[in-house]
Amino acid sequence: MVTELFIFAESASQSGLPLGITSGGAWLLRNAWLIPLLPALSFLGILFFGKRMPRKGAELGIAAVGIAFVLAVLTGLAWLDHRDNYHGEETHLAVAAVEHHGEISHDEHHDDSHDEHAASGHSESGHHATHSSLAVSNTVTWFQTNGVDISVGVLVDGLSVMMLFVVTLVSLLVHIYSTDYVGGDRRYTHYFAFLSLFSASMLTLVISENTLQLLVAWELVGVCSFALIGHWWEEKPNSDAALKAFLTNRVGDMGLLVGVTILFFSVGSVLPDTFGSFSIAATNAVANNGLLSHTALLVAATCLMAAVMSKSGQFFLHTWLPDAMAGPTPVSALIHAATMVVAGVFMIARLYGVFFEGLSIGGSSINLMALVGGITTLVGASLAFVQRDIKKVLAYSTISQLGYMVLALGVGAWTAAVFHLFTHAFFKACLFLGSGSVAHAVHSFDMKSDMGGMRKAMPHTYRTFIIGSIALAGLPPLAGFWSKDEILAGTGGWGLFGGTGGNGSYTLMLVMGMITAALTAAYMTRCVYLTFFGEFRGHGDVHESGPRIVAPLWILAGLAIVAGLFNLPKGFQLVPDSFQERFGHYVEPVAGYFPTISHATPSWSLAIISTLVVIGGASAAWWYYFVKVEAASKASGKSLTELPNGPTTTYPLAKIIHNILDKKYYLDHLYTGIIAGGTKGPLARMAYRFNQQVIDGTVDRVGETAVKSGQFVYDKIDQLVVDGAVNTSGRLSSEAGGELRKIQSGKVQSYAAILFAAATVLAGILIVIV
Amino acid sequence: MYLNQFLLLSAALFAIGVYGVLARRNGVLVLMSIELILNAVNINLVSFAAFQDSISGEVFALFVIAVAAAEVGVGLAMILLLYRNRRNIDLTEIDLMKG
Amino acid sequence: MSVYAEMVGLDPLTSGEVVVAQNIAFGLIAVIMLFSALRMVTTRNVVHAALYLVIVLAGSAAIFILLGAEFVGVTQVLVYIGAIVVLFLFGIMLTRGALGVDEEEKGEQRLMSCLVAGLLAIVTAGALINTFSDAELTRSSPSTTATVGDSIFSQFIIPFEAISVLLLAALIGAIVVARKD
Repeated sequence: MVTELFIFAESASQSGLPLGITSGGAWLLRNAWLIPLLPALSFLGILFFGKRMPRKGAELGIAAVGIAFVLAVLTGLAWLDHRDNYHGEETHLAVAAVEHHGEISHDEHHDDSHDEHAASGHSESGHHATHSSLAVSNTVTWFQTNGVDISVGVLVDGLSVMMLFVVTLVSLLVHIYSTDYVGGDRRYTHYFAFLSLFSASMLTLVISENTLQLLVAWELVGVCSFALIGHWWEEKPNSDAALKAFLTNRVGDMGLLVGVTILFFSVGSVLPDTFGSFSIAATNAVANNGLLSHTALLVAATCLMAAVMSKSGQFFLHTWLPDAMAGPTPVSALIHAATMVVAGVFMIARLYGVFFEGLSIGGSSINLMALVGGITTLVGASLAFVQRDIKKVLAYSTISQLGYMVLALGVGAWTAAVFHLFTHAFFKACLFLGSGSVAHAVHSFDMKSDMGGMRKAMPHTYRTFIIGSIALAGLPPLAGFWSKDEILAGTGGWGLFGGTGGNGSYTLMLVMGMITAALTAAYMTRCVYLTFFGEFRGHGDVHESGPRIVAPLWILAGLAIVAGLFNLPKGFQLVPDSFQERFGHYVEPVAGYFPTISHATPSWSLAIISTLVVIGGASAAWWYYFVKVEAASKASGKSLTELPNGPTTTYPLAKIIHNILDKKYYLDHLYTGIIAGGTKGPLARMAYRFNQQVIDGTVDRVGETAVKSGQFVYDKIDQLVVDGAVNTSGRLSSEAGGELRKIQSGKVQSYAAILFAAATVLAGILIVIV
Repeated sequence: MYLNQFLLLSAALFAIGVYGVLARRNGVLVLMSIELILNAVNINLVSFAAFQDSISGEVFALFVIAVAAAEVGVGLAMILLLYRNRRNIDLTEIDLMKG
Repeated sequence: MSVYAEMVGLDPLTSGEVVVAQNIAFGLIAVIMLFSALRMVTTRNVVHAALYLVIVLAGSAAIFILLGAEFVGVTQVLVYIGAIVVLFLFGIMLTRGALGVDEEEKGEQRLMSCLVAGLLAIVTAGALINTFSDAELTRSSPSTTATVGDSIFSQFIIPFEAISVLLLAALIGAIVVARKD
């Protein structure tokens, strides 16, 4: 059923804004809600019956996610079919806009291509109707309040289908991996219950039809993340990390709440017969067509950015993500690398109309989103250098890569960002699971003291980890190269490289991206060296992990190799045209709720230069670790940990930089020490000081002044007044001070009594006077 | 019925509640007295709603009930903390802020 | 005026006895409430105080019904008597004041409180008598739950949302304050 109040079927109307969504489509597309339903049911099943099952509930979770994965694949196929077969005859849904609002002119923030789009948006609204790629929408009314239907439902388009596939696949692999990794854990059943709930909420998030539903799912994934980070809560650091993650996310969730509210009312203000709308399609369509004021969109987009910053670990709310590594490794792979943390990126991609207009992404000036992404990507990459903990290297790498995606969205390279999300999910999950496999063998995450030389003992883990690293570093032809290259091309600040297109000339972003590419290659080289090369520094006998760990690794490594081929750039001469930009073709919505973005054409020169940069970064690190450190280690016969720290001890500048990085740019100090401590300690101290100095001081001073004035009287008019009288007055005042001081009893009830008495007396006076 | 009979009842309850807050030394009893005060306020709100034949007063009485629930939750948590730290919930003993 | 008459289907104009019945009911409830309230703040047994509080709360629920606010009355019973008082009993139990007897108040403190409360009562009563000496209730029919609900979810939606956030904050706050580290 369709929410008929503000969206109504309309075949060829001139007054409505076309959304480009249909209520038709294949059965699977319309019923995509089945996919999150399965893990949701399995959550309940595991919770209530898990402990009594032969495999403690794991089999139920795996079955549910497995079926969900199959359904997601089928849905994906149905979508490909739907996308190919659409010829523009279906009825499309439109959102009606009030006539006079349509005349609001567009400000100068739009670039040329966008102005064209905006102008066509109203007068030639039939234009979009004939556009292909109708998203499928299927909603039911959840509740109705004051004439507004609040609906729940699915909005299925390429983006959500892609996310369904990624989430179910990674989740399935993580489920299988976990049966070995957390086998025998005391909360094994609860672990699987929460994995199921997490999958259900994330899947709900990606098919959300409206922002309210998105908000609910968003909070649910936050809760699951909290529960899973704190899985081993008996240890204080783990529960602290869980709390930190949860509370940091609350900061951003406030932004999401405010942003969604602003959008709800501002969309409602331009639609007839309603005062608000949560519909994502309607919101985007209205924003795209310039019906909303730029200020409202700017405020809403900024608020939503706060949510993205906390959920997707963007600078300066990223501090929770490395700590979140306290959770079990499969959870880190699933939640803190491949799926949940991309919720923020997904939200930008989903509400791109709002962000595009609100932050003027179409323009060429640097906007908030591109800047945040750019800073994050550099901060994350630089911090990954100084970590000893292999999972923290990967965590900072995740932050950096998420920054890459946000940067890409910020410069208007939507497809590149979403594609990077897609490829990153595979190779990062592969790396995380690989690190878990190593840690499972040596019972530690510390690369410097417990790892090294693992390549012989763990050949499968080693190979998959190398594949993941190369994909992350971005060497052709592995997945990371293609998506990274598209992002760099999308910055458009590379006219010097001979490319064309792109939304603007974000030269700064191109530079940031290039630096990050070099840094990424270098820190992954370091990580690989410390983990797999050199000599073994840990204890005990190390074996390769079992098949339930190795199989997911190989599947992900395989995907990390081939995923990039789904979106070969346009104009790539080596393959026929029909193999180019397949991903972009199927995933990017060509609908009324999606802004018109201009696409960049990648160039050979940029690809070659970025590859050279990556090789440069990698070889610098290779030279340092594989040649210099290895030689020094052999020469002195000491193991790596005993070596002097190289440049950081030799050059003062390097030492300073190392210190700053080691202290994570002092952000944690800023938060706990200065901000939290600043509001906690000083406030109490101030209250105490107020008590001591102001109140006591006043009382004392009353006495003192009285004594002094007494003294004055004594000195000056000693001859005229009796000495005793003077002394008495001084003493009286002093005693009065002492008496007044008793009011400061420190007892809350006497303060309350004074408060009530004073208020009553004042009220009485007021009554008498008035 | 006159409006005043309700208002006077509410005023009396309010005053009794204030007495409880000021005189009792048991922290839980002080919280209970605060509930009495809030209840008096609710009676006021509802009687004015009936007086003006409008719904707003009743709605706000509901809000006050919700706030009271929140207040009791936090208040009791504080008293539990106090008890855990001092084995005592006598408010007159707590005078660290004594001048 | 005669809400009760409306509720039982009598003509409010011709049923003078209904008004009398209402006033008698009010008088009874008021006396019981005031007595219980006084006992609550003076009794030395904390559990008894909680039980007296139940009587006061039930009394005000009755007052709400009398005023035609059925939903508020029901909520009062559910939330206050059902939840808050139970919470109090838990609080009493956990702080072990439960079966013990509250200490004797200091005479000085009691005197001071008496003074303040008495002053407060006199001032408010004076103001009320001065202002509303002959105002009569004008409500013609009891408000239904539907109207209350409509009004909450349209006119008062923002306060409603604010309250939900407040409850969440209180929930987290209570956990943070009371948990053992």
